[in-house]
Amino acid sequence: MGLEKDGALARRLYADMVRIRRFEEEVFEFYKCGLMPGLAHLYIGEEAVAAGACAAIRPDDYLSSTHRGHGHLVARGADTKKMMAEILGRRDGYCRGKGGSMHIMDMSLGILGANGIVGGGIPIATGAGYSCKYRGTDQVVLCFFGDGASNEGTFHESINMAAAWDLPVVYIIENNHYGITVNIDRVTKEHDLARRAIGYGIEGYTIDGNDAELVYETVSKAVAHARAGKGPTLIECKTYRQHGHNGNDNGAYRAPGELEYWKSRDPIKLFEEKGCLSESVREELRAAAEEEIREACEFAQASPYPGPEELMQGIFYEA
Amino acid sequence: MRKIYYRDAIREALDEEMARDPMVMLIGEDMGPNGGTWKENRGLWEKYGDLRLKDSPISESGFVGMCVGMALTGMRPIAKVMFSDFMLVAMDQIANQMAKITYMSGGQKPVPMVLRTTIGLGRASAAQHSQNLNAIIAHFPGLKIAVPSDAYTAKGLLKTAIRDNDPVVVVEHRLHYGQEFEVPDDADENLLLPLGKAAVLHEGGDLTVVTCSAMVAKCVRVARELEKEGVGVEVIDLRTIKPLDRETIIRSVKKTGKLLLVDEGYTSFGITAEIGFSIMQDVFYDLEAPMMRLCAPDVPVPFSPALEKLIVPNESTILEAIRKML
Repeated sequence: MGLEKDGALARRLYADMVRIRRFEEEVFEFYKCGLMPGLAHLYIGEEAVAAGACAAIRPDDYLSSTHRGHGHLVARGADTKKMMAEILGRRDGYCRGKGGSMHIMDMSLGILGANGIVGGGIPIATGAGYSCKYRGTDQVVLCFFGDGASNEGTFHESINMAAAWDLPVVYIIENNHYGITVNIDRVTKEHDLARRAIGYGIEGYTIDGNDAELVYETVSKAVAHARAGKGPTLIECKTYRQHGHNGNDNGAYRAPGELEYWKSRDPIKLFEEKGCLSESVREELRAAAEEEIREACEFAQASPYPGPEELMQGIFYEA
Repeated sequence: MRKIYYRDAIREALDEEMARDPMVMLIGEDMGPNGGTWKENRGLWEKYGDLRLKDSPISESGFVGMCVGMALTGMRPIAKVMFSDFMLVAMDQIANQMAKITYMSGGQKPVPMVLRTTIGLGRASAAQHSQNLNAIIAHFPGLKIAVPSDAYTAKGLLKTAIRDNDPVVVVEHRLHYGQEFEVPDDADENLLLPLGKAAVLHEGGDLTVVTCSAMVAKCVRVARELEKEGVGVEVIDLRTIKPLDRETIIRSVKKTGKLLLVDEGYTSFGITAEIGFSIMQDVFYDLEAPMMRLCAPDVPVPFSPALEKLIVPNESTILEAIRKML
């Protein structure tokens, strides 16, 4: 297939990866200086998955995200100002400061929510898929989750139902190799997780998750399959979490040379090496990302914290 | 006034709401051609089709969570979890997802779904098919819980729950499905019983009994017996545990000065403790005796009917508890 030189898709994939990278670097800075409360689960190193997959869906489609979800939301086009404000616990955040990093939602973009429970979002995405079928639309759902979640019961229950009923859901395992500090190879026998698809009677693909173009192509095929009413697909994107599980984790459990190997396969670097973008375009996109994220940080820091009067609001829905 | 079976009251509610709103659907084990575990949706699969009356696999987390996803995307799904005990299998989806998404998202989206489930001591179903877990459900911010006590409330509360914008757990009683109840003439397609409004089913000035679900009829029978002796027992059917109609309870206790709480759930940390404490500062100086409660003891539900019957509050234990307080 190949990407058209300096074409719209190549620009988008690169821009989104750089935007995610810069966003996460700033999140980490806020975390280190104490401005970000709670936990920072960084997406650095996995950008090709979100960028490639989100480029493959339509504006009216849905996606569900995870505790490591900033990348999916940035690639989907969420407002980075409101994201950063939420991550800092501010009133102008997506959730008015009540959800934080792990619970950002934007239904206007079909973002069903990040989720603090590993595997918790998989049934919800599957239900959105049921809803698409029920309402007779041709929308599809991207369901992102990690290798860790693939060992939760919700994974099995959901994918089984989606397969049984041909629901339009694309299940994307971001295999970043670690569930907290435990390498996936130590807790599973079959290391190519997409082979599990055989057991559900659907197609499964294990691909290089650091190749944004390949992710885009594979997810596009699965999306077309789902949109045509042919049911779900399981895609395992092999990638790597370059930072620890959260901001406090120095990664002492990694095998020697492992981090260096994966950094040599950094998704942004791999994309640059494809040569499908001229350096001047790359520079332009990096500068735009820099500007966007700088504005997001300024917006977030200028936003006030929610007031005590907001504490008990919104437990039940207020129209 | 007409007489209908409790199961048929539920079917009427489902049928009317599904006819009224094409976004209402029901999913759960045996909900399709079988017509519901207790035949409470008999005929609806034939009428509304397989997408709207969906047989699920035995995957409680999966299908309850799916309902959350449907609710977020414009539908009004109903999940049926066959026994309360099985809610524990799906507890993450119930307590972490369904209950909290509205608040966690800063109030962006409602989660308009219903989770129907059942309780019911008295069928020799042992410790994993009999529990009353109403207290656990009521504990989580973001959940509402309705506990019908007869065919009329089963219909009226379910219809309201389906139209409500928040997740509502409706707890049906297994011993009721096959019972006939008299229902007033207003139990038609417009019947909507408000959540958060209790009903005074028997008036009296000497003692208040607050209860719900299958305990209501027992308490009313005891109240009628005592009336013959000139003792006035006021029986309040909670109808919903959350929202809790504190006003109706407080008004009654201020009048009678005595409160007995009766519940089929475990005693400790149960709904009776919460109700009693939550009205304490409003009624403390009106009380003529300490509040009392009568619940199932803190023991896993035993299998043998010889043992099980010992844990269910009944007319004689209720009568005994009331006499102690008079």
